[in-house]
Amino acid sequence: MSIDTLPPAGPASSSLAHNQLPRYTTQIVLVASLAVGAGLSAVFGGFSPIRFAVLSTLVFLIVNTTLSAVVEGRRKAVDKLVTALVYTAFGIALVPLISVIWSVLDNGLERFSLDFLQTSMRNVTGLNDQQALEGAAPFIGGAYHAIVGTFLITALASVISVPIGLLTSIYLVEYGRGRLARAITFFVDVMTGIPSIVAGLFAAALFAVLFGVGTRNGFAGAVALSVLMIPVVVRSSEEMLRIVPNELREAAYALGVPKWRTIVRVVVPTAISGIASGVTLAIARVVGETAPLIVTAGFTSSINTNPFSDWMMSLPAYVYSQAMRPLSGSSPQPSFDRAWAAALTLILIVMVLNLVARLIARLFAPKTGR
Amino acid sequence: MSKRIDVGDLNVYYGSFLAVEGVSMAIEPRSVTAFIGPSGCGKSTFIRTLNRMHEVIPGARVQGKVLLDGEDLYGSNVDPVTVRRQVGMVFQRPNPFPTMSIRDNVLAGMKLNSSRMSRNQANEIVERSLQGANLWNEVKDRLDKPGSGLSGGQQQRLCIARAIAIQPDVLLMDEPCSALDPISTLAIEDLIGELKQNYTIVIVTHNMQQAARVSDRTAFFNIAGTGKPGKLIEMDDTTKIFTNPSVKATEDYVSGRFG
Repeated sequence: MSIDTLPPAGPASSSLAHNQLPRYTTQIVLVASLAVGAGLSAVFGGFSPIRFAVLSTLVFLIVNTTLSAVVEGRRKAVDKLVTALVYTAFGIALVPLISVIWSVLDNGLERFSLDFLQTSMRNVTGLNDQQALEGAAPFIGGAYHAIVGTFLITALASVISVPIGLLTSIYLVEYGRGRLARAITFFVDVMTGIPSIVAGLFAAALFAVLFGVGTRNGFAGAVALSVLMIPVVVRSSEEMLRIVPNELREAAYALGVPKWRTIVRVVVPTAISGIASGVTLAIARVVGETAPLIVTAGFTSSINTNPFSDWMMSLPAYVYSQAMRPLSGSSPQPSFDRAWAAALTLILIVMVLNLVARLIARLFAPKTGR
Repeated sequence: MSKRIDVGDLNVYYGSFLAVEGVSMAIEPRSVTAFIGPSGCGKSTFIRTLNRMHEVIPGARVQGKVLLDGEDLYGSNVDPVTVRRQVGMVFQRPNPFPTMSIRDNVLAGMKLNSSRMSRNQANEIVERSLQGANLWNEVKDRLDKPGSGLSGGQQQRLCIARAIAIQPDVLLMDEPCSALDPISTLAIEDLIGELKQNYTIVIVTHNMQQAARVSDRTAFFNIAGTGKPGKLIEMDDTTKIFTNPSVKATEDYVSGRFG
């Protein structure tokens, strides 16, 4: 029998076919539910976004599922219900994120400017703020000193943590056997859970013992941050090193390459994209730490580029001090605006770091092209 | 260049588990020796002891002697790294280095050890090794492309080129064709036939036709049951093993009446 002659199509009600809703039913139901939700929320005590969202979602879930259950049957109805629930959960998860970004943008753009990024708070007093509010003088004072501090402290913390973290993970993956490796893994896990203020107090106490009570400088802050950063770096690089196929190590050994060269020239380069993006994300995680920096690096209104002496401002500490201790008690708004603008700067830095991490992952990834 | 291997009463352990027991054999230079036998009988374990690759697995150790032209590989001051430079290995799955180009993959043995060489020398080695692995004509125009972009069979030949680039005395192949299609397999088998002019070749294979086609001598390994150690049952000229073996178990295995 030749296969290019299909048997004639059977009757319309084949045993494989089932009733189906028209293609855009879900979308139409969604639009209708939004309308009904708006109407219902107006009826029940006036329109509000939350009431509107909750009512529309409920209406949509009920109508869409029932419609599908009646026409299409149980399995499709359950599918639609769960799909809708998943989307709802996703929407709820997005709410805090969007609201944070929105409020930071909304409040932060007030003072965010090139001038804000390029000036410090030196000699800016409450009097300036009052005059600025009265229109007698321009708004002055920025976060330059805090940005410099954040960059220096985070860079130092990375210089301390990345070698320690990377070497630890290499030990765990390539050499560690038995008790010592298990102990290190355990303590790395414990370190991951250390509250950041404890890390700060540890660094403060360490520097108090070494250099006298009350010693605060950028380096102490970097030590505190590296206590938080090391476990993250260890964990992420360990994961990345473990997924390097054993075959590559064996291939190198079989060529008469010593173990350490295999690690340096084969294993780490193969995993470098993941390691680099893991490190970048670890930096992004500690750049916004506040408590440990307040107790170790302190506050200042001046630019300090020497992390080894004197107090050093950082962006989170700047936000904290502007928000909690406004320069002018009677007219705190300019200080609040500065706090928001600094928060915006911090979010931008974290965002850029995340993008850099992705870029690094893509740039260093092993090529597969032909 | 090519050297002989003599194995004397070799036991291989993983921790306290005896994996291979009492193997003695002689592997002739400039010939192909095939290891056959059912899965789990210790062929791969044993072939790895010939260049001390089994030591990569924690807890693995051996008792007995392996002599490479009379020199004991397990002597007290022998560095496994030196051994592996003389006894190369090709694995079951092609494993070119994903971060390196085709050219760098061939030169990996030198580059990873940071040997100094001139550009001309390097070009010469790349061409000679790729010619030797019958891959030159297919890749000569894209030597700077990543090795992972090649087909499976080409990747495996690249791995062979990489192994012969450091000019070992012996080439071990652990099921080199089991991940390849019949045409690539044929290419590799032809290659083995050419390589034996210069190298001592030991090959593990599950494909008995392959063993019959490529090898001069064949060793049959077997295992009495799970948890028991693998043993060398008999070793003889390939034609004899496949036509008139002296042990019943070998005959059952090669004729497919096993188990």
